[in-house]
Amino acid sequence: MKKLLFILLMVCMQVSLFAGGGKETDLAKEGTPTGKLEIFSWWAGDEGPALDALVRLYEKKYPDVEVLNATVAGGSGVNAKAVLKTRMLGGNPPDTFQVHAGQELIGTWVVAERMEDLTTLFKKEGWNKAFPKDLVNLLGTKEGIWSVPVNIHRSNVLWYVPDNIQKWGVKVPESWDDFFKTAEVLKTQGIVPLALATNWTVMHLWESIALATLGADDYAKLWNASLAFDDPKAKKIWDVLDKVLQYTNKDASSLSWQQAMDMVVSGKAAFNIMGDWAAGYMATTLNLKPGMEFAWNASPGTKGVFMFLADSFGLPVGAPNKTAAVAWLRLIGSREGSDAFNPLKGSISARRDSDLSLYNAYGQSAAKSFQKDRIVGSLTHGVVSNENFMSGFSNVLEGFLKDRNTTFAAQATQSLASDTLLRK
Amino acid sequence: MNKKSNFISFLLIVPSIVLVAVFVYGFIFYTFYISLTDWEGLSLHPSISFVGLRNYIKLFTELSFQRFRQDFFNTIYYSFFLIGFTLIIGFLLAVLLDRKMKGENIWRNIFLYPLALSFIVTGTVWRWIFAPEGGLNVLPTLLGGKALSFSWLSSRVSTFHVDWFAFPRLLLLAVFIMFFLWGANALFHKRYKKMGILGAISILSLLLGCLYSPHSRVFTHFLETSAAEWKGFEYATIGVIIAAVWQYSGYAMALYTAGLKGIDVSIRDAASIDGLNSIQFYSRIALPILRPISLSVVVVIAHISLKLFALIMAMAGPDNGGTSHLSISMFLQTFRANQFAEGAAIASILFMLAMIFIIPYLIYLYSQKRNTA
Amino acid sequence: MMRRRLYDRYFLYGTIAFFALIYSLPAYMAIVTALKYRKDIVLAHAWNLPIPFTFHAFSEAFKLLLPNVVNSIILTVTATIISALIGSINGYVFSKYKFPGSEIIFVFLLLGMFIPYQIILIPLFSVLNTLHLTGSLIGLIVTHVVYGISIVTLIFRGFYDRIPQEIIESGSIDGAGFFTIYLKLMLPLVMNGFIVVSIWQFTQIWNEFLWGTTLTGQSSQPITVKLAQLAGGQAVAWNLTMAGAFISALPVLLIYIFLGKYFISGLLAGSVKG
Repeated sequence: MKKLLFILLMVCMQVSLFAGGGKETDLAKEGTPTGKLEIFSWWAGDEGPALDALVRLYEKKYPDVEVLNATVAGGSGVNAKAVLKTRMLGGNPPDTFQVHAGQELIGTWVVAERMEDLTTLFKKEGWNKAFPKDLVNLLGTKEGIWSVPVNIHRSNVLWYVPDNIQKWGVKVPESWDDFFKTAEVLKTQGIVPLALATNWTVMHLWESIALATLGADDYAKLWNASLAFDDPKAKKIWDVLDKVLQYTNKDASSLSWQQAMDMVVSGKAAFNIMGDWAAGYMATTLNLKPGMEFAWNASPGTKGVFMFLADSFGLPVGAPNKTAAVAWLRLIGSREGSDAFNPLKGSISARRDSDLSLYNAYGQSAAKSFQKDRIVGSLTHGVVSNENFMSGFSNVLEGFLKDRNTTFAAQATQSLASDTLLRK
Repeated sequence: MNKKSNFISFLLIVPSIVLVAVFVYGFIFYTFYISLTDWEGLSLHPSISFVGLRNYIKLFTELSFQRFRQDFFNTIYYSFFLIGFTLIIGFLLAVLLDRKMKGENIWRNIFLYPLALSFIVTGTVWRWIFAPEGGLNVLPTLLGGKALSFSWLSSRVSTFHVDWFAFPRLLLLAVFIMFFLWGANALFHKRYKKMGILGAISILSLLLGCLYSPHSRVFTHFLETSAAEWKGFEYATIGVIIAAVWQYSGYAMALYTAGLKGIDVSIRDAASIDGLNSIQFYSRIALPILRPISLSVVVVIAHISLKLFALIMAMAGPDNGGTSHLSISMFLQTFRANQFAEGAAIASILFMLAMIFIIPYLIYLYSQKRNTA
Repeated sequence: MMRRRLYDRYFLYGTIAFFALIYSLPAYMAIVTALKYRKDIVLAHAWNLPIPFTFHAFSEAFKLLLPNVVNSIILTVTATIISALIGSINGYVFSKYKFPGSEIIFVFLLLGMFIPYQIILIPLFSVLNTLHLTGSLIGLIVTHVVYGISIVTLIFRGFYDRIPQEIIESGSIDGAGFFTIYLKLMLPLVMNGFIVVSIWQFTQIWNEFLWGTTLTGQSSQPITVKLAQLAGGQAVAWNLTMAGAFISALPVLLIYIFLGKYFISGLLAGSVKG
């Protein structure tokens, strides 16, 4: 009798030892999820079908889980982020939420100690090999990896309508000097050379110019404090931007990015620099044929470099349904999941082994670039900088748009960076 | 009044007292306290340390906070123009409607209905009207004229530029002039003690103004660069001011109407017997009588002018530097940049601006009460 | 002499009509744009009448905004009722039971009316978060009730001040206790006060934006917040936005049309003393 009790005690102790393991043990377990799964995102309207496809795939695999698709529409996530903050601070986190991979997540929630480390999950799923190395480096910090990318978007793309370009007798510029020459020709014909919209699209333009002016290496140096923002090399970005702004539409600040894109489509403007969700907008909403009725090129001076941003999902500390959430993460990082999602979304997969036949002309060209190009992270969409910097940088840009003082802008950016980027 | 009733009544208002003490006074002090720390707001285990006035110094001097400084000027200009135009147009409308017109109530309703709207609704509609390629700019073409080309909310033009870093000197000089005149007034009324105090303050501010220089060592310690920073009146705010005046001039009109109706018929009769025409009546007789009303309109509109957050967000979005306001940069710094301490500092400055209006008004009310008691 | 007066009249009506026209332009613009087909909404023709017209934008906006209309109704009605009750008690006490220090406490309460809400926003957000009251309508209701204490007390006190003290005295002589006097004698006499306070609070709470956007979650957003999202959205469908604006404004506009007299009293109560 005593011996039985002793064995029982030993067994109990062993079990409790393993059960009390840290977060990493949980992620390695592969139990069948049950209960609920709340997915928080800002994908509504045109972007809804892609998420729906993923959800249906998940429901097929795990029929015992009730999926709650909680979307907050509007403004590329501005409203969703606000609601998310209220929930996280109120102790009511969703099971998983959409977030831009990189510093936007790290600088907001990781440093606040509200996210679980996904390193073991990455190892287990082989994502360290399936995703490009540059990408994985940007997804994490020394302390761990924090989110799983569900797609990849490219930021440094120049859009145009091939027929119009021919009609006006110009060529697609390969450098900013080319652009200035082309712009002069276009101006004489009454065409706006570069369509521009509200404040954040100026930031988007800035990062393309930054990449072109500095090159990929120096651009990366900006974000780890090896290159100062008021260094003469970096100041040149503002000089170029100043010149480029002369060739944009005067009512830019009252337009949305779609309205700027419309200007190119309707022939009022020649070019627009925008992320490749523009391809989704033109192909799906406007029903234009990629490659024929609209075309693209790397933004001037950035050929061979892929400036990416990624929508991703993470695991918040205190998620009510952890197992279900981890199962979701495994799905979106898998080949099956990303190939179900991305063709509908208009983005490309982060994996190197996706089935390219499922994508349209733009998707295939982008995926090819992603495989062979040098990869750097976008500023505007939260890969290389946190929300504090981005918010302050919007202000610096507004100031520059008003007084066009390049010295001041460069110095202000450096002051902002030392305040917001280096402390973490 | 028996003691029991007094006691019950006191008990009944204790909850209100406690709630207001915590939610108003307590929270105000808490915000001040937060503004003196480096709290970032989102952390599960925050490490908060006391940093004194560092956040305020950052706001006033660091290059990356130039938006705050523009917002500071914008806020003052908004308040000034909002109060001024609301008073003038409200009074004008009240005077017109005072002239015994047919359908008086219908006219009045047209001017009053905007008060029923929320700032979001007002902002949304006026945003469309101010679209540079249409709306108001296109209106003249309907009457055969040429379209306007003003950019309204997208305008980046400004005037009356002042160098921010020289601004304190201007301010001190303005304070000097104000107290000097006030003291001279006291001297005129032979209130020597009052004159003495006011005179001392005015001389002190004059001295400080002369001593202050953005290039003196005391300040260059804080400044990142000695270049001037020009801030002025942004034309983009004109659109917002028009929308706000449209919404609130009815309020001033309603108050002035009540006031005008309250002027005794005998006064009006006396005025006409004395040969005063309408304009003279309203300007020389009615307006002084209505001064208490003017004063309360000033206070209420000043209060509203600090709440333009919703209107500007709806009209121009969060990132339009020309139309921005301290309430917007406070909101963005707190909830977008996740810097609660800096947001608290901006809120404190906004609060102090509000107190500049409120406290003199309260002192005035108190002195009125003392005079009539 | 007669001719001069006629010119004066022309000038007067002309000026007033001119102002009235300008003040009506936004309403015209909103309604006209809301009735247009989306493809007809072109900036250059913004002032054109909607021919052809459709109510499609209104029905679509209504469908989109319905959950938020419900939120706003729950929020506004609840908070207004509680506010009015608190105000009726507070106003009664401050008006009729002048215990030592009551005037100072009254001023203490009133100052709450003058603060810009940014100064309490962060602690409010923090405290409500800790109490798990954010993300739902409850936190918002509590907020509106607490910060409305000042104005409702002021308005009710004004109404109670008009009731002579003798009524209370004769009531207590007749043996009525505190609550009997309040419920049976006082309340019936301040019904106007209830109407004015209710209308004022309804307007303020229905139209409020800052707290609505900071303290609520996805499912609890009031209509002002949803309208702002609609208008600030990506590709702005202006007919939808204008229709949404109209729907948001309708309840308070109706109150203004039918109960205008009380609406104005509420406005004036905050300013004209005594």
